[in-house]
Parts: sequence; C-alpha cells; structure tokens
Amino acid sequence: MGTPAAIHPIVILLAAIFTSNMVLANFLGMCPFISVSNEYKTASGLGKAVSLVMLVTTILNWFLYHYVIAPLGLEYLRFILFIVVIAASVQIIEMALDRYLPELHVKLGIFLPLITVNCSILGISLFMVIRDYTALQTVFFGLGSGLGWWLAICALAAIREKIARNKLPIGLGGPGITFIITGIMALAFIGFAGTLMIQ
Amino acid sequence: MDQLKLIFKRNLWNENQVLRQILGICSILAVTNLMINTLVMGLGLIFVISFSSLTISLLRSFIPHRVRMITQVFIIAAFVILVDITIQAQLPEVSRALGPYVGLIITNCIIMGRAEAFAQKNPPLLAMADGFLAGVGYTLVILFISFIRELLGFGTILGFNVNFAGFETWTIMVMPPAAFFIIGLMVWAASAMQLSRQQTQKPAPPASSVGQQASR
Repeated sequence: MGTPAAIHPIVILLAAIFTSNMVLANFLGMCPFISVSNEYKTASGLGKAVSLVMLVTTILNWFLYHYVIAPLGLEYLRFILFIVVIAASVQIIEMALDRYLPELHVKLGIFLPLITVNCSILGISLFMVIRDYTALQTVFFGLGSGLGWWLAICALAAIREKIARNKLPIGLGGPGITFIITGIMALAFIGFAGTLMIQ
Repeated sequence: MDQLKLIFKRNLWNENQVLRQILGICSILAVTNLMINTLVMGLGLIFVISFSSLTISLLRSFIPHRVRMITQVFIIAAFVILVDITIQAQLPEVSRALGPYVGLIITNCIIMGRAEAFAQKNPPLLAMADGFLAGVGYTLVILFISFIRELLGFGTILGFNVNFAGFETWTIMVMPPAAFFIIGLMVWAASAMQLSRQQTQKPAPPASSVGQQASR
C-alpha cells in the first residue's frame, strides 16, 4: 500500500471490481441490489444504468470538488453539491438517451430515476474524495465500481432465478435467503483479497 | 394517543424498517463491526429522521408536488451536514471509522420512505414521533447485529473486554459476510414469526399463498 497517487489506475480498476466490490465489501447500493435482483434481465439493465451513471457522476464530482469546493473551502457543503450533481446528471442522461438512443432508454427507463437514491453513487464520490484520487485514477475507479456492481447484481440474479423453484423453510424466501446468498458471494469475493493490495 | 400507540407498534415491530421493509440496509452493514460506531450512527440517524420528518411535515403544504423529492433531499442533507460536523468535532476517531457512511445517511431509504409515506400527509408532531420511532427501530436492529459481531469478532462489548480463557475470536465476524448472514437470519426469524402469527389468527391459508407472501 503506497501513497494514493502511486497506485496504478489499472490496479484501482481491478480492485474496484473484485477486492473492494461496492456491494460485497462496502455494502453500498444494497436496497436495489436486494429488491431488483429476482430476474436476470432487469438486474442486468439496472447494472448497466448504474455503471453509466457512476462513471459520469464521479468524474463530474471530481472536477467539482477540486475546482470549486476545495478552493472555496466549501467542504461541509459537499454532500448537497454532490447530490445535486447526481440528480442533475441522471436527469440529463435520461433526456440524452431518450433523444439519441431511444431503444436503450426504453430498456433502462424505469431504473434511471431510482438511481438518484442509490447509495453507491454518492458513496463512490465520497470515497474518491477521502482516498484523494487523481483525475485519471477517478475515471478508472468510477468505471471499476460500476462494473463491479453490475457483475455482482447479475451473479445474484442468476442464482436467485435458480433458487426460485426450490422449496425453502417458511419465511426464509425473498429477502432472507437473498442476504444469505449475498453473504456467501461476499465470502467468495474475499478470495480475491490477496491478489491486490489497496484498501 | 391511540394513533401514537399504533405508530409505536408499527415502527418497532410490525413494519420494522429493517426487518420487515428491508430498507436502509446499506449503511447498516458497514458500521456494525463495533458497537460504539453503531451507536453513533444510530443516534445520528434518529436525529436526522426526527427533524427532517418534522420539517417536511411543517412545509408540506408549501412544497409543490413535482419538486418534492429534491426538496426532501435538501432538507435531509442539511441535517446530515449538522450531524457530520458535530461528529467530526466531538468524536474525531469515530468520524474516521465511519468514513463516508455518515454522509450516506442522506440516501438512506428509511428517511425518504418515512417522508414520502407519512410526514407529507400528517401533522408535524405526529410526523416527528413517527420518524423518531422508525429511527429507534432501526437503531435497535443495528445494535443487536453489532453486539453479536463485536462479541464474537473481538471478544468485547462496547470496548470492554469480556474475553475468557479458551475463547477464540471469530475472524469471520469482523469481515463483511458475517453481517449478511446475521441480517439474513434475523429477517428469516422476523418473517417466520409474522407468518405463523397470521396463520394462528386466520384459518390456515393454502400453502401456495404462504409461498407467495414469503417470496414477495
């Protein structure tokens, strides 16, 4: 573990996908992760939307933080400013998709508004500030976090589709079993831990 | 008064935000490895949810319907900033341990959920009570989880050593998966109890409808 500036961007990318996966290691974005994972197709759609928004908003927030918030000494307002950027960029992405890629918009449509309140989006902007990443590192961190989230929700949805036909003890179905599956997945992801040494 | 009692029961057990509604999970799991962090987090959330419910309820006739979500986020964010600054000033160590998770109270679904479902339709004091109790329900659950994790993971309770000879701490309890397993088992227990109570009240429903309820 060196100083943050010394970590190679590719390492950050891989770490964000595997070792410090947003959902499985940092518990961010759990609400949609649990509630929108019963069908593989919708889960994958949500995953794509989240990846896109994460990449865009972390980059925007990096510039906002380093060129506006830090010089003006407004650190205590960063929560509000980040949330505004997130809400605004979700809105703009939605309009842009509607205009230029209507097919994709129909597919992602219902998920985009939900993303504003997905904790992982705000979470990675805050992590980016705390860990003091450079612009290039931030791009890879945003990309990796999004891909990691997508990978995790797809894997969970695929498992849940298989489990849907099985008989479970009363009350364990739905969220209960989902948490336990997620726990086992998190254990599996710990297996990557030795390969990369950050955070 | 009856209404208050109803709110009390609903938030603490019948519709406990965490165990029954599966809301606000994100922040829970990350901060539950030490009880002291959990306690600070829980108190912070109780403060934010009480006062944001109060404020939203006071302003409920002035907020235009179309922009209510963003207005609610602003109100919540303002209170979260207060909490964050206070924790940084008074408990710098805990603040470092909690990292970004204090800021993430903003996107905690419980607060928005109570604002949407209750505060914007009810008078201020009742809304505040509802927010407060929803926060208490949340805090009790996370305290319970962190109690198990700290006891088994570090052999301490609130930092006091209760280790006895021959007790090996469980490394897994310090790691993320343990939180998922504990919350999974708690959700299972809560919904199993709820289902069996429903069955004793009503004539037993056919097996298929139980399955549907459970998988909802």
